[in-house]
Amino acid sequence: MLTDFLSGSTLGAILGQYYRRFPERTAIHLLHSQRSDQALTYGELIRGSVGYAQAFGKLGIRPGEVAIIIQNQSPHLVYAFFGAILAGVIPSIMPFLTEKLSPDQYRASLSALFEITQPAAAVTYREFIPEITQARGRNAFPRQILVSDHIQPCDSFDLDQMAGMRSAPQDIVLLQHSSGTTGLQKGVALSHQAIFNQLNAYAHALKLDSQDVIVSWLPLYHDMGLIAGFLLPILCGTPLVLMSPFDWVRAPHRLLQAISSFRGTLAWLPNFAYNFCAQKIRDRDLEGVDLSSWRAVINCSEPMYWSSHQMFAERFRPYGFRLEALATSYAMAENVFAVTQGGIDNPVRIDQVEQRALITQQIAVPASDGPGAIKMLSAGAPIANTRLRVLDPKGQVVPDRHIGEISIQSTCMLTGYFKRPDLTAKAFLDGWYLTGDLGYLADGELYITGRKKDLIIVGGKNIYPQDLERLAGDVAGVHAGRVVAFGVFNERLGTEDVVILAESDQQKPQLVQKIADEIRDRVTRGSDVALRYVKIVERGWLQKTSSGKIARSTNREKYLQEFH
Amino acid sequence: MEQDIPDVLMKYIASSILKQPGRGLQPDEALISSGLIDSFSLVDLALFVEETFGVRIDDTELNADTFDSLAQLADLIQGRQG
Repeated sequence: MLTDFLSGSTLGAILGQYYRRFPERTAIHLLHSQRSDQALTYGELIRGSVGYAQAFGKLGIRPGEVAIIIQNQSPHLVYAFFGAILAGVIPSIMPFLTEKLSPDQYRASLSALFEITQPAAAVTYREFIPEITQARGRNAFPRQILVSDHIQPCDSFDLDQMAGMRSAPQDIVLLQHSSGTTGLQKGVALSHQAIFNQLNAYAHALKLDSQDVIVSWLPLYHDMGLIAGFLLPILCGTPLVLMSPFDWVRAPHRLLQAISSFRGTLAWLPNFAYNFCAQKIRDRDLEGVDLSSWRAVINCSEPMYWSSHQMFAERFRPYGFRLEALATSYAMAENVFAVTQGGIDNPVRIDQVEQRALITQQIAVPASDGPGAIKMLSAGAPIANTRLRVLDPKGQVVPDRHIGEISIQSTCMLTGYFKRPDLTAKAFLDGWYLTGDLGYLADGELYITGRKKDLIIVGGKNIYPQDLERLAGDVAGVHAGRVVAFGVFNERLGTEDVVILAESDQQKPQLVQKIADEIRDRVTRGSDVALRYVKIVERGWLQKTSSGKIARSTNREKYLQEFH
Repeated sequence: MEQDIPDVLMKYIASSILKQPGRGLQPDEALISSGLIDSFSLVDLALFVEETFGVRIDDTELNADTFDSLAQLADLIQGRQG
C-alpha cells in the first residue's frame, strides 16, 4: 500500500521522505491556459517551500500561528502552503478576489476572518497588499504580510532543523474555511494525525495504487480540492495534474483533454459539473480524446443525481468513458474529507423508492418502475475509520431505510472550530458529530436526502442564506428583515438556483425592477453567488413562524406553488 | 444584419442568462466585471455567438479585458466576420 508510512508522523516528515527518496519525481503537473504546462518535482516543491518557511521565520511568525494565503492557483500557492507547514505555521487558503466581487464586500469578509482567526501573517502578491492592510483596519492581525513576488526558492538548508519537523502528530496542521461571512466564522482545524488517518482509510477505499493519476480543477480553498485534489496525491506519491477553476469554467473540455493526455484515472466533481461538461463541450474540442483510462469520476460535495450521471455517461461514452467509472462520495471538511465512498468495487447502487413515502413518512420504501418512483444514488459505504449513525430528532438511532440526521464518529475528526469552542461543543452529541445532513442507511450504504440546516449548495459551494438576506436587506425600498433566500433544484444545471424574495411597498413596475436589479447587483458582488431569480412581493406575502422568524422552507413552498 | 448584433445579444443575455426576458441593457453597461454575467454562463455566451454569428471566441478571451459590454462584444464579432 502506498500509504503505509503515513501513520504516526507529520506532514513535514513525509515531505522530507519524498525529498530524500524521489527528488526528481514529478509531484504536480500544473496546466495553464495561456502558457505551457509546468512540472514540479518533489525537489522543487521542497526548495520552493523552504523559501517560504525561511521567510516566515525571518518575520517572526512562530509555530502554531496562522497564515492566511491568498493567491491564484500557481507554484507560489503550493510553496506558500507547504512552506507554512515546514515552519510549523498553520496555513489557511482563501479565495482570491475575482473580478466581479465587490472589493468592499471582500474586505469585509477578510476583516471578519482576521478578527476570529487572528492570523499572524497573510501571504499574497504585491498588488494585493492594500486589500490586506485595509481589511486589517484597527485589528492587530495579521501582524505581517509576506509578498510572494519577493520569495525565492532556497537551495541550501537542513530540512531536519525546520521548526515544522518538531510538530507532534496531534498538533493542528491546517485550517479549512467555507465561504461567506457565516462560513468564515468556522475554521475547521485539522491535525496531522487526522489527515493521515483520513488518507490511509480513503486511499484504501479507492484502491489507490502506483498506476493512478489524479486530475483536478478544484479550488484549494475547498475540502474536495485541498484534500482529494492536492494532499492525497502529493502525500501518497500519486501524480497530480492540476488546473485552475478559473480556466476550467471557461474551457471545461480541458479536464477531459488532461484525462486523455496524462492517462488520468481519478477525478472528483461536484454534481453540476457533470451537467456542465455534458452540455457545454463542443465535439471539436473532444477530437482524439480517449477517456478509457478513467476508472473513477467521483461525484461529491453537493446533492447527487442519477440524471446527471446518465447525461455524463451518454455524452462521453463515444470517447471511451466507461459506465463503471461513475462513483460517489459523501464528504465534509470536519472529517477531513470522505465519510463514504461508492462505485469503486461495484457500480454505484441505485435505490428506487416511493417518492411520496420519502416525503410524507420519511421512509425509503423500495418501489417498482412507475411515475411515483425516484432513483436515489448511493453515496457508498463508510470508509474504514468512520462510523455512521442516523438519528431521529431526539437523538435516537432510527432503523434502516428511515430518514434522520447523519452523525459520524471517526479517527479523523476535526480538532475543533478554530478559536470557537462554543461552536465545537454544539456540533457534537455524546461524542458523535452531527452533520446537519439528512439521509438513510440501506444494506450498509448511505443515501443523502436533504439537510436540516437551511444551507444552499451551488456548484459544490456552501452558501448560507442569511448572508444573502443581509445583503438584499440593505437595498433601499426593501423592508428590513423581510427577505428570504433559498435554493431550488434546477434539473438541467444539476445544481441549485438561488432565489431571493423581498417585500416592498413599491408597486410601480419600473421602481420594482430597480429594486430587483439593485438586489441582484449587491448579492452578486457581495457574495460571489450567481443569483438566478429575484422576486419582489407585496407587504405581508412572506410567512412567519410563531416565533416571528421568516421560515425559509415555508416561503420556498409558497414560492414554488405561486410562481414556479 | 450588422445593426442587429447588439440587439440579438441583448435579447439572448436578458432571456437566457439573466432570466429577465423584458430587460434592457445599455450598450456600454458592464457585463462581466459587474458580475451580471457569471462565469458559468460565459461558455453559453461563447457557444451562442458561434452558432448565431459564425464567429469563434476562444476560452482565453472570456474575460472583461477582451469585452465587457454589448458594444465591445458586437465590435469583436463584426471585426471577425470580416
